[in-house]
Amino acid sequence: MKTRAVLSVLGEDRVGIVAGVSAVLAENGVNIEDIRQTILAGIFSMTMLVTVDEGTHPFETVQARLAEVAERLGMQITLQREDVFRFMHRV
Amino acid sequence: MLNISPEEITETLLMVQQQHLDIRTVTLGISIGECAADSAEEMSLRLYERVTRAAERLVPVCEAIEREYGIPIRNKRISVTPVASVAGRCACDDLTPVALAMDRAASAVGIDFIGGYSALVQKGVGRADDALIRSIPAALATTERVCSSVNVASTRAGINMDAIARMAHIIKETAALTAEADSIGCAKLVVFANMVEDNPFMAGAVHGAGEADVVVNVGISGPGVVRAVIAAMPDDADLTAVAEAIKATSFKITRAGELVAREAARRLGVAMGIVDLSLAPTPAEGDSVAEILEAMGVERCGAPGTTTALALLNDAVKKGGAMGTSSIGGLSGAFIPVSEDAGMVRAVECGALNLEKLEAMTAVCSVGLDMIALPGDTPAETLAGIISDACAIGVINSKTTAARLIPVAGKKAGDHVSWGGLLGAAPVMDVSAWSSAKLINRGGRMPAPLGSLRN
Repeated sequence: MKTRAVLSVLGEDRVGIVAGVSAVLAENGVNIEDIRQTILAGIFSMTMLVTVDEGTHPFETVQARLAEVAERLGMQITLQREDVFRFMHRV
Repeated sequence: MLNISPEEITETLLMVQQQHLDIRTVTLGISIGECAADSAEEMSLRLYERVTRAAERLVPVCEAIEREYGIPIRNKRISVTPVASVAGRCACDDLTPVALAMDRAASAVGIDFIGGYSALVQKGVGRADDALIRSIPAALATTERVCSSVNVASTRAGINMDAIARMAHIIKETAALTAEADSIGCAKLVVFANMVEDNPFMAGAVHGAGEADVVVNVGISGPGVVRAVIAAMPDDADLTAVAEAIKATSFKITRAGELVAREAARRLGVAMGIVDLSLAPTPAEGDSVAEILEAMGVERCGAPGTTTALALLNDAVKKGGAMGTSSIGGLSGAFIPVSEDAGMVRAVECGALNLEKLEAMTAVCSVGLDMIALPGDTPAETLAGIISDACAIGVINSKTTAARLIPVAGKKAGDHVSWGGLLGAAPVMDVSAWSSAKLINRGGRMPAPLGSLRN
């Protein structure tokens, strides 16, 4: 089962954020479909639309791996099912 | 393609992380009609089996939804068919064993409250109703998670004044039996007019007679989100603009509730019931309905204009919410519980808010006289007078009203009590010293009101 999800990364800019996050995604069979990234006043903000293959990598496991990389990089990383945004922001 | 903007994603994240957006409760309504038995003990066994089986997966399913969607689900709860309506077969005067079984079942499935130790007596008190009402003080004193409610009035039946007088004594007795914990038993007891059958919020949740076997009802929350939106508006933004902003916010909050309700129902394999559009505060700083009214422009909750602000808030929340779900139900009106709302507590402490103003506010929202600490020596007739006033507002205006009064044993006006957790803390409020005894002692029933000539 493929699940669309939104990944948000927020924190102080530093070397290796995109590399660190995307490496974990690749290891867990998560496909990146879209990326938007900005830096505002030194704050790194990245939003990704991804597809999680829950058949091989349960959502919970992917979240746990991302929590580890979040701790290592000192960033705030959130992975949420995409429909929550569609529900809340579209009539 | 990402068709949601990064700003919208950030908005949602901020709502959760800084403004306390959460789903206040996912409440599983369970019919216990099949648990009818000849004795309270047999009924208790069946009830325990029924509830633990039906709700076995409630907590893990809610926890998974919470994790995957990133929206906290604050409480998981259960409501059952009003026990008195199932207890007719029991040849017993004491239904306390059933309350104990409810408590054990709640504990077994890992939830904090189970509602439905209830009776509907707006027109008359049946034998099972009598047994249930009599056992409320003992039931609430010997259980931790059981919530009780009694409906004493309705627009179609009028107000059962005898039942109100009796409930006032039951409240006093419950206060006395739980005296060592600041009469906490009364915090789990609601007296209703026009009780609804699909309310997910405690302490008044029951699973009504018109419901399917098992349903998921969801109560939204989000006072902090609404307050932040209003606080960000300029001071001279007019009230039409304020109403518009509340509507837009309410839509988003309600959609989160709708999503969780659909998903929980799907994963549990049961029917989706309703989404309750009530802004429900918690004692956490910033999660306050009073602070919304203050952000709208009254210096302190309770100042003149407070009823207007609350009416606007309540109406705008429903209008926005009505676009967000086609399953509106439950109480769907802002809650103004004193002890559970830091802003309300402050307003009472500084003298801006009193019992009479809360009664006026009841006319434009739901469950107005909620979590109110009163002096322990308040006469039962005075409690009955306060409850009947709340009921009169509900009955005449065809809306739900309720009273959750806590005459705290041994405490007087100005003292402070703390129940902890979601129940919060509150100052003991002043109550009128003028007697209601003659009116209450008349008893009888206030006839149902006319449906026309509405002024």
